[in-house]
Amino acid sequence: MEAATGATRAQRLDDYVTEVGQPEVAEIRELAARLRGSRLKMVNSTAVGGGVAEILNRLVPLLEDAGIPTKWEVITGGEEFFAVTKAFHNALHGAPYEGRPHWFDLFLATNEENRKRMQFDEDLVVIHDPQPMGLIHARDGAAREGKAAHWVWRCHIDLSHAHRDVWEFLRPFVERYDASLFSSPAFTQGLSIPQFLFFPTIDPLADKNKPLPPEYVEEVMQRFGIDTSRPVLTQISRFDRLKDPVGVIQAYRIVKKYHDCQLVLAGGGATDDPEGAAVLQEVKEAAAGDPDIRILDLPPWSHTEINALQRGSTIVIQKSLREGFGLTVSEALWKRKPVVASAVGGIPSQVIHKLTGMLVHSVPGCAYQIRFLLSNPDFARQVGEYGHEHVKENFLITANLKRYLLLFLILRRQRG
Amino acid sequence: MNRAGQPFEFVAASYLVRIRRERARTLGDLGRFLRTCSDESIFYHTFQSLETHHYSAFSSDFAQWVLAACNEAALAERLATVDVRGVTSLEELRGALAGALEEHIQASPASAERPAFEPFHFCEAAEVTVPLETRAWTLGELAEGIRRLSLHTLSYHLITSRLRLKLQTNDFSHWIQHSLGRPDLAAKVNNVDFYTNTLEGVRDEVADLLAAEAA
Repeated sequence: MEAATGATRAQRLDDYVTEVGQPEVAEIRELAARLRGSRLKMVNSTAVGGGVAEILNRLVPLLEDAGIPTKWEVITGGEEFFAVTKAFHNALHGAPYEGRPHWFDLFLATNEENRKRMQFDEDLVVIHDPQPMGLIHARDGAAREGKAAHWVWRCHIDLSHAHRDVWEFLRPFVERYDASLFSSPAFTQGLSIPQFLFFPTIDPLADKNKPLPPEYVEEVMQRFGIDTSRPVLTQISRFDRLKDPVGVIQAYRIVKKYHDCQLVLAGGGATDDPEGAAVLQEVKEAAAGDPDIRILDLPPWSHTEINALQRGSTIVIQKSLREGFGLTVSEALWKRKPVVASAVGGIPSQVIHKLTGMLVHSVPGCAYQIRFLLSNPDFARQVGEYGHEHVKENFLITANLKRYLLLFLILRRQRG
Repeated sequence: MNRAGQPFEFVAASYLVRIRRERARTLGDLGRFLRTCSDESIFYHTFQSLETHHYSAFSSDFAQWVLAACNEAALAERLATVDVRGVTSLEELRGALAGALEEHIQASPASAERPAFEPFHFCEAAEVTVPLETRAWTLGELAEGIRRLSLHTLSYHLITSRLRLKLQTNDFSHWIQHSLGRPDLAAKVNNVDFYTNTLEGVRDEVADLLAAEAA
């Protein structure tokens, strides 16, 4: 079935006309035309795996198609460097930090090695996340050669609970950039440089979001033994305690007293992650042989199946205890699904309570809102429609592309 | 059909949201920042967020936050119903909003320092405009042009333009009055309620109104 299994090719801007409309695509092209002749560089720390690489894989071809030559480069570093930056990453998210004295030196030395290896001839340089942050030193050399590029730091991390030691080390680097980009106002740290709002986005044409024929959705639901004649509650996320899969089962058991429904917990990460395997085991024990609970440990290439599971569900749940931005919520909203989600991380930007979904704070609260939606299907449908429109306006990749073009134009205007 | 002496020139408008450093955690904070924040912030949270919150309970971000994060329904209603057509400057609008808040706090002092469920982050919008080739010389052409506008651009001509025009009118009404000599129709367009309708609804209402006059 082509719609479900067709090979992915680099998307072009015009492919999105059906999703966002001709006026929006035309405006993006108008903005890009104003930047003709300018070049852009994106730098991050990995070419595959992880949300940033996924975004850049889709965004860079669209920038090129809009007429902005864009070079994507990945920094290199040894095992210890990436262990250190992982510790930084976790600390910036608010996790405990027990760093060694030489870690900051290692961070700086690896950034310096990359700086020497890389060329910075572009007009706009976007550095993603903390790993390559030290490359800002390259601007000094470029400035001496008369090149005045704009440098921007794109932070994909929630800094609201950043560990003080790590943040105080990184902050002076950040404040040398021309601007910073954050996924939510709540993730910022009150920087002295301009801070812009750059929501993370989903690609409506990617396998996990593209339209699917109803027959394919039905076939996937049947393949996993899900009865589509009864309500289906689904949470899609890796088996991680922070996603609270056991809490979802507890909420389902409350709902089950009132509605004859089923629960699907679908995710991955259990095979290559010892903690994931332990969590999966806990989830299986919590399910305790209930035939209406389906626990699906899916391989990482199951995007189309996950798409079908979301589309085949009555309600999508995201009952995380902590979250980054939680883009799985936007994926469900895009499919016009009523969503019940925790008010954590970036989820409140996506779910406006009782308008584009239902925000919850506890297991009983989660159960209550699911019951409410099941008892009020017209309201649930309306919430799903509003959710779709909210994503269309804010969380699609075309909006991300447009924001980069606007940023470029605004920075150029500020410099005169 | 009357042809204007000067055409209406459409532009494409886009916005990037800048996150400011002010962050209100209580009603008291909000009151203080309302007095000191940028004019652009006042305008953004009162008018420009209509584009993204056009289906929320209140159109004003301030009112929405006071309701959802502070659970102060009466104050939220008061902030949401400040008569935006009755003020002629952002300073006046700022005074109306801050005044309402200060009166509430005076009457209910305990509410000032009660922590909100989540903070209010002050933002403002940076605007980029690109002239389009589309021009309208008649009411019919204006109606057709409006139907093809993106919501951001509609917002620029109908709502953001109020900032340039002392909050009294909008680009369409201004052109209809001064280039077509139709103050009656200009007033009708200016009276379309963009504050409580969705932008899609407003687009249809304005275009239908103009098309009916052009027929």
